[in-house]
Amino acid sequence: MKECKVRECAIIKKKLTDLKDYKIVDRYSNLKKEEKVEMLKKMYHIRYFESEVEQFILKGQIYGTCHLYIGEEANAVGAITAIRKDDWIASHHRGHGHCIAKGSDINLMMAELIGKGNGYCKGKGGSMHIADLHTYNLGANGIVGGGMGVAVGAALTNKLKKKDGVVICFIGDGSTNNGIFHESLNISSVWKLPLIYYCENNQYGMSTSIANSTNIERLSDRKASYGIEGVTIDGNNVVDVYNVVSYFAEQCRTGKGPVFIEGLTYRWRGHSKHDSQVYRTKDEVEQWKEYDPIIRYKEFLIESEIITADEAKAIEDQAVKDIKAAVDFADKSPYPDLKEVETDVYAD
Amino acid sequence: MSEITYLEAIRDAIREVMKEDESVFLLGEDIGLYGGSFGLTNGLFAEFGSERVKDTPISESAIIGTAVGSAITGMRPILEIMFSDFTGCGWDQIMNQAAKIRYMFGGKAKVPMVLRTASGGGAGFGPHHSQSLEALFAHIPGLKVVMPSNPYDAKGLFISSVYDNNPVIFLEHKCLYKNKKYAQEVPDGIYTIPLGKGEVKRPGKDISIVASSYMVQKSLEAAEILQKDMQINCEVVDLRTIRPLDIDIILESVKKTGKLMCVEEACSFGSFMGEVITQVIEKGFDLLDAPPIRIAGKNCPVPYSFILEQEMLPSVEKIKDGILNMLGKN
Ligand SMILES: Cc1ncc(C[n+]2csc(CCOP(=O)(O)OP(=O)(O)O)c2C)c(N)n1
Ligand SMILES: [Mg+2]
Repeated sequence: MKECKVRECAIIKKKLTDLKDYKIVDRYSNLKKEEKVEMLKKMYHIRYFESEVEQFILKGQIYGTCHLYIGEEANAVGAITAIRKDDWIASHHRGHGHCIAKGSDINLMMAELIGKGNGYCKGKGGSMHIADLHTYNLGANGIVGGGMGVAVGAALTNKLKKKDGVVICFIGDGSTNNGIFHESLNISSVWKLPLIYYCENNQYGMSTSIANSTNIERLSDRKASYGIEGVTIDGNNVVDVYNVVSYFAEQCRTGKGPVFIEGLTYRWRGHSKHDSQVYRTKDEVEQWKEYDPIIRYKEFLIESEIITADEAKAIEDQAVKDIKAAVDFADKSPYPDLKEVETDVYAD
Repeated sequence: MSEITYLEAIRDAIREVMKEDESVFLLGEDIGLYGGSFGLTNGLFAEFGSERVKDTPISESAIIGTAVGSAITGMRPILEIMFSDFTGCGWDQIMNQAAKIRYMFGGKAKVPMVLRTASGGGAGFGPHHSQSLEALFAHIPGLKVVMPSNPYDAKGLFISSVYDNNPVIFLEHKCLYKNKKYAQEVPDGIYTIPLGKGEVKRPGKDISIVASSYMVQKSLEAAEILQKDMQINCEVVDLRTIRPLDIDIILESVKKTGKLMCVEEACSFGSFMGEVITQVIEKGFDLLDAPPIRIAGKNCPVPYSFILEQEMLPSVEKIKDGILNMLGKN
């Protein structure tokens, strides 16, 4: 693995749609065929999971709010495939994709989303708080930037216990303007912690475009303030994401300190349950949809003869089935016992 | 005069003060074109422009700090924190800056600002978007804390808050915002309701129910049912402002009924109503002919699942049962 691949993956121009090599190429990865296929499966699972959640929203089964990851799948899948099962991740409010990529049970996720007692958090957390410690997932977060301090702590544990694990802290572009961002990046840099900040720059924090919330070209430019490495990549190219994160994960494991990766991507849906999207044009959305991370990757797999079109179709169909089964599971699951309301406040 | 919701009444209040006073401006996340997370500031951006309706990055500390600094130097900022739980990210600016500056400066500065924020549970938003934090704010000397229960009060109290020369935490309940059931006739133009004055929302003689914000509505519903079904005559006192606290109106009511029940949504441990009961005992022990009680939220975060959330929060049913227990009629 050479550093040059990071440089080649780096994006120089302003917007994904200004340039981009639409086509995915893979010159570097050492992914086995099954792993490559698995990435496609995961991306389909996320896509169809979110589509079903959207149905829940329409049917009024999601009472509060929730945030869909459609269009951003390559970030979670590429990044998480690049680390080990026992490496921790911290997620954010738009967290379903990270959960699925890290190997969570979609049945238990779906059950949590509609407030069932057998969901991941017994119905106490909901969409914005799904956590699954068995898959080394420190959970989604309802506070923008809330996972950042937590991720620093997990990375510190690795260091104190002399483990070679890394932590990926997923954040959105919007969170880079909150105080915790600065504090976390600085402290983890000073302590040389094994921590990858993976920033999913989907161009907006709610209605606020990054042009309106920052004054820099690239969020990865911020690396300079912390004396760390950083790069901006095509976050809709799952192979690039995989390659760059694997490279940096190895660096982290050898004690070189944290890194900041900015994946350029796009949120296809509104910010949350209610969003009339007055802040962007339909054209812009359509333009980004042409860079569909799943279609691009599927085409790559077929063209490189890793799978056939029929096999790709079978993977997609299976994902649809799996998600329907999860909905069924969640629908049939029981609501929590009311006695549970005051349990879990304190540990024994 | 027209019938409007709680949310519309607050928007109306903002519009009126912005028209009247050039020094008033708004700042907060996604409050401009987007109109805020609940749509409360819809239309204000178009009307007043981006200089006076300022969208900010996600930077709670800086938003609150900016309000403090501009307030000291001659502006009257109104800032929005989307959900009251997010004030945690800017707590220093509230507790150490906004609240203490006047005192620390020996009375030389004023901090006329309003921090508006959506408070409370019952809307399925889960633990990071639902807590009732009024006790935290009310605990800090220097802050005023307003918790309106209906559109008419919301507008009048909001206008008073803007013209008050102190930092005011204006807690809006998200279950009141758009609920047509609570819509009211609200006068056009400017009118004010003084901070620190409660109001008897329903006179009665058997028991005093003290509440604020959404819990006033729940208490009124319970009182209605008890009157109809059992001829129990409850008095409902709406605090409207919890700091300054109108203790006189509470004592007055207890003098009449001899019984006090406080209703609040926040967890009971260390809650604001604990303060109310303490003051009633200190100042009016002899007026009481039964131990005061509280109907409050359970002592846990507000859970996501609908049925757990309902279990955690006070309800009309729980208030009713509490009253019946207190009167020995259960
Ligand atoms: C501290 C805090 N401030 C504000 C919010 C409300 N909020 C939730 S998501 C969001 C936008 C976040 O943008 P970004 O980090 O880019 O993530 P994205 O939603 O685009 O995935 C905002 C403002 C919050 N949850 N927490
Ligand atoms: Mg974003």
